Formats: sequence, structure tokens, C-alpha cells
Amino acid sequence: MSEKLQLNVEKMRSFAESLRVIPFDEVVEMVRLCCLAAATQLPEDVLESLQDAYQKETKPLARELLSQCLENARIAREENMPICQDTGFAVFFVEMGSSVQIDGGTIYEAISEGTRQGYRDGFLRKSIVTDPLFKRKNTTDNTPPIIHLNLVPGDKINVILAPKGGGSENMSALKMLKPSDGKAGVVDFVVNTVVNAGGNPCPPVIVGVGIGGTFEQAALLAKKALLRKVGTPSRESEYAELEQEILQKINASGVGPQGLGGDTTALAVHINNHPCHIASLPVAVNINCHAARHAGFEL
Amino acid sequence: MEIKLQLPLTAEKVAQLHAGDTVKLSGIIYTARDAAHKRLVAMLEAGEDLPLDLQDQTIYFAGPCPAPPGRPIGSAGPTTSGRMDAYSPILIKQCNLRGMIGKGERSQQVIEAMQTYKAVYFAATGGAGALIAKSIKAAEVIAFPDLGPEAIRKLTVEDFPVIVAIDAHGGNLYDQR
Repeated sequence: MSEKLQLNVEKMRSFAESLRVIPFDEVVEMVRLCCLAAATQLPEDVLESLQDAYQKETKPLARELLSQCLENARIAREENMPICQDTGFAVFFVEMGSSVQIDGGTIYEAISEGTRQGYRDGFLRKSIVTDPLFKRKNTTDNTPPIIHLNLVPGDKINVILAPKGGGSENMSALKMLKPSDGKAGVVDFVVNTVVNAGGNPCPPVIVGVGIGGTFEQAALLAKKALLRKVGTPSRESEYAELEQEILQKINASGVGPQGLGGDTTALAVHINNHPCHIASLPVAVNINCHAARHAGFEL
Repeated sequence: MEIKLQLPLTAEKVAQLHAGDTVKLSGIIYTARDAAHKRLVAMLEAGEDLPLDLQDQTIYFAGPCPAPPGRPIGSAGPTTSGRMDAYSPILIKQCNLRGMIGKGERSQQVIEAMQTYKAVYFAATGGAGALIAKSIKAAEVIAFPDLGPEAIRKLTVEDFPVIVAIDAHGGNLYDQR
């Protein structure tokens, strides 16, 4: 018995020695910087996509609005101003290596504290209320963040922050289709969701689609699809073709930038798919505005 | 057609605006969004005086970022107007609210109130908060400071860029696409 115990102690010691330890404050500081960068610097791929849409757009008012989006992004970057006043719900995607440990607190606490500091120091808007239905009192520091945590092999922490504005999130939708609804059912649901949203989600939008999994998994797939570099096709050819078909139908609607008419309603459609139940065909549509912000780091 | 317009609006000024006009607004506008609208309408229903006189005024549906040092305001783009549809007709009818600035379509009830009482709805570019902030020269919280970003702010604007999205004659840019 005591031999066995001794063996376990040895095992634990060697495990502890193999752990990489990161100080709590180091994680907090990186999250803080991430909040500042995400709010003010529109990623290059989004800029290029907007530039491309501006070149191709044929309606004069739509061209003017797209040029305002580009000019806005330039001002934000140069003057360190938030791209949009809705600096969003701070949504984090975290991959945590199984042999890394944070000294002084949990990953949840570190991200929460970094969010608090980032939104304070960047003069970013505090957009979160305590209770959704009754009190609706502002938490005043934009916490709590939303944290999606995945355990992965290795000794690194990888973090992506995708701040999400309310206007585009409100226009998102999820539907449990019947398997018999098939491709046509999926196309109709996605196109109608985006077209009926009109100018509300600040088009030109990026459309994240999750197909398969369960109710909650579909929504997460759709949100993760928004992290993909704008316009990168699905790795599966059938889904890549479906992305193009949906994109063309959305842009044929003429909703246009800000819903005021034009050729550019969506910049891209990204689909993520997942195995699902024999009875189900869940489809989630998560819409992102043209200020499609994200920033990340690896520690 | 680009029009330079001095605020406050009047019924006559509103009558001259048509859907599709590009307008640069100068003068005073007031921010108010979800929570402030809810309070204003609750005060009207309770027969209380409002903290501001909305006669001929323009409300900007917006909740700006905090002002960084040396600036009057942070990023300040429009929010989705549809969430104010339940409240706008009441303010138009009872307070003679003359102008609204936001993004996205409005309900039939809002459009009808705008036609009956001569009001105009401008679209500002959603997601262009840094650009729009450049036309805001001064900002001051004048009501509901406890609402934080949703407090009512009095903004002094110069050449604030908007488009007439829905006019008082039934013209609607959202219908023309």
C-alpha cells in the first residue's frame, strides 16, 4: 500500500515538474492588450474584402457607404479610436494546453480581469447588463466575458478575442430543420435570415453558418465560422459550393450596404459542419457586421 | 443632392427633405437609445415633465464610447432604430419630435406618425463610429446619468453626415432597393 502511494507521489511530482507555469498577470496583460487591439484595428483580411467590394460595387450610394467604412477603419487605426462604438460582448475562444498552468488564478479569472482592464483603459463602451429581463443594470466594466475553453495537448495557451456587437447578434437565428428539408431548406433559411435583417446588422455582413451537431453545437459552429479569414472556402468542396450559392443569392437581394440598396450585402459566407443525429438537421446563422473584429495571442 | 441643414428642424424644413438626399447636419442633437426611450415614455404616461424639451428636436439613436482624454466623445455611430419603434410614435405625436437618426428600417406605425406629424428619419452609417465622432464638437450628459452609455447626451455637431432614409411624404429608401 505504502509502495503504491509512494509511486503515485512520484508520478505527481514528475507531472508537476513537466508543467509550464505562466504568471496570472502575464495572461491578464495580454488579454488587456487584445481588447485594445481588437477594438481599434480592423484585420487586414476584412479591409481587403471591403476594398474589393468597393471596387466592384455599381450603386453610387453603396460605393459612398463602403468608402465611409474604409475611411472609418483608417481613422480608427491612426487615432486609436474604436472602429464602432459597440465594442461588443467580449467573446473568447481559448485553447489551453494540458501541461500549462496559470499561477495565481484560473484562466477564467485572468480573462475576466484582462477584459475589465482593457475596456477601462481603451475607453471602450461597457455594454453588458447584469440581468437580461428584470434589472438590466450595466455591470460598468463589460464583464463577464463569454469564454469558450478547449483543452488541447501541449504547454501553450492560445486565445482569440472576437468582440461581438449587439446589432448583428440580434439578427442571428437558429432552426432545427428536418433532414428532408435538405440543401434547399438550408439555403432558404440562411438567405431569408440575412435578407430579412435588412440594414439592422450593418451590412455588408459576414455570415457564419453552423450545420449539424446539436442545438447548442450548431450555434457555436456558426460563431466559429466567423473567425475564418474572410472568404476562405470550406475545405469540403460540397460545402464550399454551398457557401458560394448562398453568397450569390444574398447579394442578388439588393439589400446592400446599410440596407440602402446595392450589390454588396455580404462579404462572405462561411459554413462549418459537424456530424449530427439521424433525426436532425440543425442550422444556425450568426451574422457579423462589416466591423468584423478579432485579435489574439499565444503564450 | 447634398444639403447643409441647420438644426433645430421645423415642419417646413422637414417638408423639403426627400428620401435619398445626402445631408450634413449642424447644431444640437440628443442621444437616446433603448433604456432612455423606455424611461421617457414611462414619464409621459405618468404625466411627468421630461428632462428635455423635444419640440422640433432630433434624437440620435446612439450609445457612444467614453471620451478619451482631449476629445469630446469616443466612437459614436448609430444603433438599430427598430428597437425604438415602440416608442418613437409617442414622442413624435406628444412631443413634436421632428427628427430621428439611426440605422435600419422603421415600422409602419413610425412611418405613419412621421407623415401625420411631419418628421424625418435619417440613416447614419452603422459601424462608422470613429468617422462620425469627428463631426461631434461637444457632448454633455443632460439626463439619466445612471444609464452610463445609454444616458441622454446633448451633442453639438458640425456637418454630421446622414442620408434621408424615410421622409415625411412616404418616400422610403429601404423600399427602393
